[in-house]
Amino acid sequence: MPAVKGDGMRGLAVFISDIRNCKSKEAEIKRINKELANIRSKFKGDKTLDGYQKKKYVCKLLFIFLLGHDIDFGHMEAVNLLSSNKYTEKQIGYLFISVLISASSDLMKLVIQCIRNDLVSRNPIHITLALQCVANIGSREMAESLSIDIPSLLVSGDTIDSVKQSAALTLLRLLRTAPELQMGEWTSRIIHLLNDQHMGVVTSAASLIEALVKKNPEEYKGCVSLAVSRLSRIVTSSYTDLQDYTYYFVPAPWLSVKLLRLLQNYPPPEDPSVRTRLTECLETILNKAQEPPKSKKVQHSNAKNAVLFEAINLIIHMDSDPNLLVRACNQLGQFLQHKETNLRYLALESMCLLATSEFSHEAVKKHQDTVITALKTERDVSVRQRAVDLLYAMCDRTNAEEIVGEMLEYLETADYSIREEMVLKVAILAEKYAVDYTWYVDVILNLIRIAGDYVSEEVWYRVIQIVINRDDVQGYAAKTVFEALQAPACHENMVKVGGYILGEFGNLIAGDPRSSPIVQFQLLHSKYHLCSPSTRGLLLSTYIKFINLFPEIKPQIQEILGSKNNMRNPDVELQQRSIEYLQLSSKATADVLATVLEEMPPFPERESSILAKLKKKKPSSVAETAIETTKEHKAMPAAQINSDGQPTLQISSPSSAGSADLLGLDIGGMSAPVDSSSSGGGGQSASDLLVDILGGPVPGGIGGGVGVGTTNGLDSSGLTVGAEENFLKFITKLNGVLYENDLLQIGVKAEYRQNLGRVGLFYGNKTSFQFTQFTTSISCPGQLSTHILYK
Amino acid sequence: MHFDDDEKQKLIEEVHAVVTVRDAKHTNFVEFRNFKIVYRRYAGLYFCICVDVNDNNLAYLEAIHNFVEVLNEFFHNVCELDLVFNFYKVYSVVDEMFLAGEIRETSQTKVLKQLLMLSSLE
Repeated sequence: MPAVKGDGMRGLAVFISDIRNCKSKEAEIKRINKELANIRSKFKGDKTLDGYQKKKYVCKLLFIFLLGHDIDFGHMEAVNLLSSNKYTEKQIGYLFISVLISASSDLMKLVIQCIRNDLVSRNPIHITLALQCVANIGSREMAESLSIDIPSLLVSGDTIDSVKQSAALTLLRLLRTAPELQMGEWTSRIIHLLNDQHMGVVTSAASLIEALVKKNPEEYKGCVSLAVSRLSRIVTSSYTDLQDYTYYFVPAPWLSVKLLRLLQNYPPPEDPSVRTRLTECLETILNKAQEPPKSKKVQHSNAKNAVLFEAINLIIHMDSDPNLLVRACNQLGQFLQHKETNLRYLALESMCLLATSEFSHEAVKKHQDTVITALKTERDVSVRQRAVDLLYAMCDRTNAEEIVGEMLEYLETADYSIREEMVLKVAILAEKYAVDYTWYVDVILNLIRIAGDYVSEEVWYRVIQIVINRDDVQGYAAKTVFEALQAPACHENMVKVGGYILGEFGNLIAGDPRSSPIVQFQLLHSKYHLCSPSTRGLLLSTYIKFINLFPEIKPQIQEILGSKNNMRNPDVELQQRSIEYLQLSSKATADVLATVLEEMPPFPERESSILAKLKKKKPSSVAETAIETTKEHKAMPAAQINSDGQPTLQISSPSSAGSADLLGLDIGGMSAPVDSSSSGGGGQSASDLLVDILGGPVPGGIGGGVGVGTTNGLDSSGLTVGAEENFLKFITKLNGVLYENDLLQIGVKAEYRQNLGRVGLFYGNKTSFQFTQFTTSISCPGQLSTHILYK
Repeated sequence: MHFDDDEKQKLIEEVHAVVTVRDAKHTNFVEFRNFKIVYRRYAGLYFCICVDVNDNNLAYLEAIHNFVEVLNEFFHNVCELDLVFNFYKVYSVVDEMFLAGEIRETSQTKVLKQLLMLSSLE
């Protein structure tokens, strides 16, 4: 038994030894119960226990709880310990309460009172214990009671460093419990903690500040320059500068990581000197990664790489410096083949984000072969999964066929846990990049063949929608499906797809004797009994369609429709279908039959539900930029043309022809202007109108009072000619320049998550004059307003 | 996050199940519910930290090591028994280095100084 130092509790040590020496579970329980009884009696006893005893027993109770047993007493004694002046007793008291939070509100009130007392005690050790308790429990009651005490402690000049550290994080905890707490008056002091000379205080404060920034970026944006300069000082320091905070030759790695994360809450700094400093910082970090390591220990490389990966995250987030992005990509490329699995995993993960940036997309594609190899050879399934995600993100028109092929091949042996997601991804890619739709049909049918169980309804509905809508692929689809059905073991989803397609387009292959009507029918019917009722229902519909397409096999089909099995089937739907179809086939004339069973008309274009399903499954991994959501498709035709052909331009016109007044145009139809960073999906229509007005004849600034009564060069979709390209860019990419002319540049940055979207429009003045009375507004055209809610 | 007592116990069992089946060919990171666990094995003990999905894996991996080095120094070549018999002190070490779910102090020198001072108190 290890020696207990100083005031260590011998009784506790003995107890723990006893427990460990128990040979069986029953013996252990027996010993515990004995002790519980002992403690209960001591607590109830007449003799008041001294501090040491109380501490010992409360500690024993805690130990028993940690072993996994229930403890329903001792809370009162623990609270009593809080009022002791002895550190060891107070510590145990607070510990017990933190671990076994009592539901009783009276006790909690008492605890908070004790905490309050300790907070004002001027004894840093006691203050710290109290803060730790608050940080560990963080209940609403605590947050509300202590919402003033904690922040004032944090910013007070009297508070010593270590207490500041704890206070910062305790405050963070309170903010998470009670987000409505206002930090108003303390804001600048809190930001200033980033400049503290104690690195520990900066470390703690950085986490607090990041949370505050997330809630209110505007208010805290002063922290950006402080963070950059701090980071810069750390990164350029030699390792003798930051003695206590250097870890295996890496200067303050955790603080660096926190600062880099903090900066990811803001766009690239506007101030050029701050921006330059940050760029230098990032370059230094990238450079260091290339230098020979100062130590062979894995701790050194992990710490260094932790900073490196966070720096790369920041580079990706800012997405503004092509040089940095390409360098980051190359660095990650090197890691892809590193011998350590951790690094390969992280490289694959980070590269996924890089793939979506337009600057680095091409650079990422260079690593395609490495990623494919990783897919095949990695032994940890989560690493393989990252490889799949990356392939999906880097897929574009040039490599779609190859990537889809590889993914299909992998699917054959993939883990079940990731199959459904892979199926969705393959389906999306195949549809998106199909140049030749016969390829698309092949891919989907392959999907069904390989992973039929994981092919959800959305996927095969989609392939049918596409086949119906595209005449050129119908014959091919019929033929392929027919061949697929001939396989001995055929997945039920294949029967569904096959049944539907042959029902619609079987006539296209009926000429070939190998796929004559009767052969088709027999093939389908051979699967009939193996299928679920819903599939059988689908097949029955196919049969009646066959009667219409191929009258010559009507008797055989009718025989099936009329069979006892169908007519008296326990499934009501099947019964109904077979009876009704039978009647239809015998009673109706050929014309009526043909009308009823006419070929399915094309489906209206609608949003791919596959995409929605994928997003639901894996919101973080969907590479948003690469996907066109057809929501924006709908927005396109709905651009504003009002009844007299005059575009309702939502740009306010200044009445005076001032200097360099871009918008010296007399326009009607104003809607409420909003500030220039408009948001919401409807922002798109404002931008294309803005495009329009600037694409049209611009007065060149001075004294313009040009009335715009014409359609101003709008084409039928409401866009200026020539803006289509940028418009398409807007739909397909999340950021970039939307429109540019001599006077104005409009950039866009968008972010979508599930059903929420945020669009930022950035207007850059390229003239040397100032714009006056420049406003923008957004509006949501008719039908869209029921689909999109914008703010 | 607040869990009541049997939820806590269940959590412990779940984490244990997820982590102990992994070997050297796996990464030190594993998805868990909506979070991820960063862990490292030291002889018979697994030290696990549960973090958000977007947190920096390597930083937390080394935070674990930093913590273990402090334990080692504080208990003079720490072993599992030290941690069991002095479990209440281990909480103090944790609270020096991590608080409110964030990293509080990373300097081993500073942490040890504080701990030594506290262990001299009554």
